[in-house]
Parts: sequence; structure tokens; C-alpha cells
Amino acid sequence: MTGRAIKHRDSALWLAAMVHRISGLALALFLPLHFLTLGLAIEGEARLESFLRWSDQPLVKAAEIGLVFLFTVHLLGGLRILVIENFDWRDGQKQLATLAAALSAIVAFAFLVRVF
Amino acid sequence: MNVRLYLWQRATAAVMAPLVMVHIAVIFYATRHGMSAADILSRTHGSFAWAAFYGLFVLAVSIHAAIGVRNILTEWTPLPERRVDACVVFFGLVLAVLGFRAVAAVVLW
Amino acid sequence: MTTELSVSLWRGAQHGRYETYRVPQRQSQTVLDVVTFVQRHIDPTLSYRFACRVGVCGSCAMTVNGKPRWTCRTHVAKVAGDGKLEIGPLENLPLIKDLATDMQPFFEKWRQAKGAFAPTQTRNDPIAQIKPDTPSRKAAAAAIECINCGVCYAACDTVRWNTEYLGPAALTRAWTLLNDERDGGNIARLQAIAGAGGCHACHSHQSCQELCPQALNPTAAIAALKRRTAAAYLKGEIKV
Repeated sequence: MTGRAIKHRDSALWLAAMVHRISGLALALFLPLHFLTLGLAIEGEARLESFLRWSDQPLVKAAEIGLVFLFTVHLLGGLRILVIENFDWRDGQKQLATLAAALSAIVAFAFLVRVF
Repeated sequence: MNVRLYLWQRATAAVMAPLVMVHIAVIFYATRHGMSAADILSRTHGSFAWAAFYGLFVLAVSIHAAIGVRNILTEWTPLPERRVDACVVFFGLVLAVLGFRAVAAVVLW
Repeated sequence: MTTELSVSLWRGAQHGRYETYRVPQRQSQTVLDVVTFVQRHIDPTLSYRFACRVGVCGSCAMTVNGKPRWTCRTHVAKVAGDGKLEIGPLENLPLIKDLATDMQPFFEKWRQAKGAFAPTQTRNDPIAQIKPDTPSRKAAAAAIECINCGVCYAACDTVRWNTEYLGPAALTRAWTLLNDERDGGNIARLQAIAGAGGCHACHSHQSCQELCPQALNPTAAIAALKRRTAAAYLKGEIKV
């Protein structure tokens, strides 16, 4: 193989699959941290509360917005796959994929408006 | 990936689809009401419903994420299959243990 | 006054390099015409494959400006807007020389997917009466026109990342045979495509479907295979 970058990777559907994979990986890496944070409640409500206050700062909130986006885009991407695999083929896949990305962005934006 | 892993991954995905939507709603509710730790814990303490909901979520995500990470490791790293399987089983167990601990933390403590 | 194309062709084997040639641009020129011009008038040592020249054999598939295509059916005017062409061998296959790949692994995976018809009758039996409008015959017909050009295989990133993956063409052929009433090899076939490297490795990137010159849809065929193998597994007809 010559190893040249393959141009079909500019397809919306390839990108959708890649976003789905990367978002899944990011969420998988985030989850242990999320569980450890919630586990702070074992040390008492005050401990969890101080963490929640720490997480009020803008940078953390920005990261949370990113997480909400990843979460939503992974869900919608997954639904897309479940539809492809379990129902008859439908055309308009690219439009569906783009719609999924747009919806995720809207949800993340709504979250942004709430927390800032 | 094979048919068995595929079924587990798609089944846990289907189970989690509604759970994820509820969780997003919970996140939005909690942030809109500016809930403190005390507020949150007062709702989850002793709640069988929340324990069941998040317990199911933890179980499903541990299986789903482990299989997903397995795909990534087999396709994007040169690790041999046995090593990959060992890693992802470990990862799934870590998620399950930490996850159930977190559920216990907010329901029992 | 003819304009000239700047054409980069892959020369050598795995550790080769692109070499640039100047080729006169002509009306209605195809990429195959360009490659042929180089071999006939500039460098006779260039190795490449073609046969029919008219888009029915699939032999001339190469990577053109980053995408695998049939070079005889690719007009230069459509792909070389700025007068530049980069032509390489198909990806995901071992390289023999220059633009010619070794198609052996592609066909080997065809065999592994049980892509061969398993007969249930002999020449002494009456000809099977197959109705063309049954759902299974329609499904087979929609997927049957594959001529093994390798474009889907070359385009597939899952093939690239997973050496065991049977690939879109082999799986699509398995799908057509699963839908063939005359075929008697379905349990073995489902078993063959349900393991590692089988249909479940597909991530629905859909590059195959987008680039197939015969407008086939391997993504849809593979999705159907996922359903079939899942059902067979749950019924205990196949094991993993």
C-alpha cells in the first residue's frame, strides 16, 4: 500500500462513524472519573458539595458542555446504527447523520445557556 | 467482533437509549434548579427507583463500553487479541465496580 | 494548442515513490487513456492492469486522486480540475509493481465467506423455477452484479484496520447466496460470516456503497447479514 490519505474520508457518513467512535472513547475514559466523583458522597454530603462548587468554574462548565455534546452525539449516532441494522434500508443517510450532529449541538447549546 | 459480542453491544445500546435520555433530562433539571449536593442526595437517598435505574445503567454501560473499547484496540493498536481481551475485561470490571459504588454512594450514604 | 496534465504515478513496490509525467490532455480522455499514454510513449516499464476498457470487467481499478475508481470510466475532465492527477494502486492489497496489486487476498476472503454456490441438485434434475419477484430473489438481484473489481475493498477502512475482515464484496456475495433458494450451504455460510472478521466487524462507514461503480449497496447487504446471523445464533443454528 502506498499509504496515501484516502479522500473518501471526507464523506459525511465516514465522519459520523468516526465521531461516534471518538465520542464513545472519550465517554468511556470520562466514566471512571464520573463514578469516583459521585462516590465522594460516601465521605459525606459536604465533600460532594465542595466538589460541585469547584466544578462551577467556567473551564469545568465548558468541559461539561463538551461532555453533553459527546453524550448526545453518541446516542444519536448509535440510534442511526440501530436503524441501519434493524430496519429496511432507507436513503437520505447523509441527511440523517447531519441532522443527528445538529441536534446534538442544539442540546449542548441549550445546556450552555443553562449553566452560564 | 463476532455475533455474540455484537448482540451484547447492540442489546445494551438499545437498553441504554431511553436511560440516556432520562439522564440528560436529569442533568438539565439539576442544573436549571441549581441543585446542591444536599438537594441531589435528599432525592436519591433510600430510593429503590434511582438505585434500579442507575444500577441497570451501570451494568449496561460496563458491557457496552468494554466491547466498544475492544473494537478500538483491535483495529487501532497492534496489541494481540488475548491482551486486548484481558484489558477490556479489566476495564469493564473497573467500570462496574466504580459504578455500583457510586450508585451505593448516592442511595445508601 | 493542447494543454498538458501533470500526472503522478506510483512506481515500484511497497517502498516506491510517485513519479511525475507530462501527458497531453485530449477531449473525452479517461484516466486509463492517460496511464496507457505513459506506458506507450514515455515509459514502457510501467505496469498496470486493464482489459475491456469500457466499464464491464473491473480490471482497471486504481486510486485516482485519493479515491478508488475504474480508470476507464473516470473522465480526466471530471477529476483533474487543476490539470493534476495522482494515480496509485488500489489500497488494502499487496502491491506487485507500480499500479498492479495482488488480488489474491480479495478472492481468498471470497472463499472464506463461502461465496461459492453450494448446489442441491444435479444436471439430471429439472431446471429450478425461480420467480423473479419474490423478496429473496429481489434481494439477491439487487446485490448480484458485483464483478470483483475491488473498489469497495480498497475503500473500506475496516478492511484497512482489521486484517481478518472479509470485506464488503465477499459479504455481499454471501448475502446473494443466502437468498438463493437453490443453494444448500447456508448454515456453513452463516457460520463463516459470524466470527471474527465477519459481517459484525462492519461499522457502516458506507464508503463501499458510495464508491461502488455498479451502484451496489454492501452496507445494506451487511446490515441484513447481521440480522440473519443474529437470528441464527439465537436459534442455536450457529455457534461462535
